[in-house]
Amino acid sequence: MKRTEPLEIYQPTSVNEACRIIKQSGPGGHFLAGGTDLIIAIKEKGWVPRYVVDLKRIPSLSEILTNSDGSLVLGALTTMREIEISPLIRDRYPFLAQSAAEVGSIQIRHRATIGGNMANATPSADVAPALIALDAKAKISGENSERIVALEKFFVGPGKTLMKPDEILTALIIPPHPATLRGEYIKFSPREMMDLAYVGVAVALAMDERKKVKHVRIALGAVAPIPMRARKAEAIVLDQILSEEIAEQAGGEAAKECSPISDVRSSADYRREMVRVNTKRALLNAASEHWRPTSWVERRDRRY
Amino acid sequence: MKRKITLTVNGKEQELEIEPNRLLLHVLREEIGLTGTKEGCSIGVCGACSVIVDGRLVSSCLTLAAGCEGRDIETIEGLAKDGNLHPLQQAFIEYGGFQCGICTPGQIMAAKALLDENPKPTADEVKEWMSGNLCRCTGYYKILESVMAVVNNKISPDFQFRKREQQAKIQSLDVYKPVAKTD
Ligand code: FES
Ligand code: FES
Repeated sequence: MKRTEPLEIYQPTSVNEACRIIKQSGPGGHFLAGGTDLIIAIKEKGWVPRYVVDLKRIPSLSEILTNSDGSLVLGALTTMREIEISPLIRDRYPFLAQSAAEVGSIQIRHRATIGGNMANATPSADVAPALIALDAKAKISGENSERIVALEKFFVGPGKTLMKPDEILTALIIPPHPATLRGEYIKFSPREMMDLAYVGVAVALAMDERKKVKHVRIALGAVAPIPMRARKAEAIVLDQILSEEIAEQAGGEAAKECSPISDVRSSADYRREMVRVNTKRALLNAASEHWRPTSWVERRDRRY
Repeated sequence: MKRKITLTVNGKEQELEIEPNRLLLHVLREEIGLTGTKEGCSIGVCGACSVIVDGRLVSSCLTLAAGCEGRDIETIEGLAKDGNLHPLQQAFIEYGGFQCGICTPGQIMAAKALLDENPKPTADEVKEWMSGNLCRCTGYYKILESVMAVVNNKISPDFQFRKREQQAKIQSLDVYKPVAKTD
C-alpha cells in the first residue's frame, strides 16, 4: 500500500500569507490545490516536498466572476467540474466546458482545479488549449505584487511555468469576446474516457455576415513541450470563408508547425497526422451551427 | 505533528488526532474502522475508494483527511437504514451488479452521488458518470442494469420479505440437516 511520507502542511487564509510562508520556509515547498496531481506525484514518484502550502482555505480563489468589461475571471481553485457545469461558461464558451469535462473521472473533476492544472504545466492538459484559444491570461500574485501574462507565455516547458517559487497563480482571465465567437475542443485519445490526450485541438473563431473568418485561434495540446498556438494555420483561415479545402490546408499547416515526441502513447508521426485531421474537424465543427455539450456519446460522435 | 480534526461521517461526528498527511481513505479505514471503502489503485483511477464529501463524489485516496475538517462524509456504511438496504444496494444484489465485490462500495457511492444530483439519468449519463469506477470482474452491464433498475423503479418492493423467506427455505433444505446415523 502506497503511503505519503509525513510532511508539514500550512493552511494560510490569504494569498499574502501563503507567499510569506514560502519565502520564510525556503526551497522544497509545494502549493496544494485539489491535490490530484501532487498526491500522485508523492505516492508514485516517491517525491517528497519538504512542506506543503494548502491554498484551499483562501476564500477569494474559488469564484467565477464576470467583470464589468465582460471578461470572465476563473479563480485558480475553480474545479474542473465547476467549469464543466457553470451555466455561464456553458452558454458563452461551451467548448471550454467540454474540455474540462474531458479531464479524468467525475471523482477527479470534483477536486482537480484549473489553477493547479495550469501551474503543473502538463503539455497534454485538456483545458490549456481551450483557454489559449480564448486568449486567456494568467493572474500571478506574489507578496503584495500582481502581474498578468498571456497564458500562452505562462508555460515555458513540460512542468515549467514562468512563475517564481514564491508566486501563486490566482486566476485565469478570459477577455471579452464578441457574442458570435464559436469554438470546439477535440480530445483525441483511443479510450473514450479516463485517458490523457494524445492530441488536443482547440479552435475559437468569429465570422462576419458573409461567413468570412474575422478572428481565429487554433491551439494544440500534447504535441509540443507546451500547449501551443498554430499561428501559420490561423493565417490560412483568417479572412477566408471556411471551406473544406481551407480547413484541410490549415490542418496540414498545423501538423507541420507542431513538434510532437514519440512515447508510450503514440509515435510522433501519428500525433502529427492526428493534428492534421483533428484541426480540420475542429475548424469545420466550430464553423457549423452553435452547439452545447451534452452526453459523452454526442461528444464522441462529433469527433468522427 | 498530529492535529485535531472533526469529521462528520455518516451523520456521526468524529473527533480525531491525525498526522496532516493522512489520506481520508486510510483515516476512514484505520482510525474510524469503516473498512467498506476499498483501496484499489491508490492513484485516483479505479474509483474503489469513492466517498461523498459535502455532496461531491471524490476519490478518498487523493484526499487529505485534514482538508476535510468540518465536512460531511458519506460512505457505504451509511446507506442502509434500520436494517433496510438502500435501493441501490438492493438493486446490486437483485440484478447481479457485483461478483467479487471489491469495486462495489465505490460503484454504489458513485451511483448514489449521481442519483442525488440527477434522479432520472439516462443510461448514457450513468455510463459517463461512472466511467471512473472500474470493475475487474467486468460486470459493467450488470452494474448499469442495477443502477437503471433504481432509476426506473424496478426493484422488488417485497425484497426484505423475500430475503427472509429465502433464508428460511435454505435453512430448511435437507443438506443442512444433520446426517442421520446409519449403523
Ligand atoms: S484507490 Fe482511489 S481511485 Fe483507486
Ligand atoms: S465485482 Fe469484482 S471488481 Fe467489480
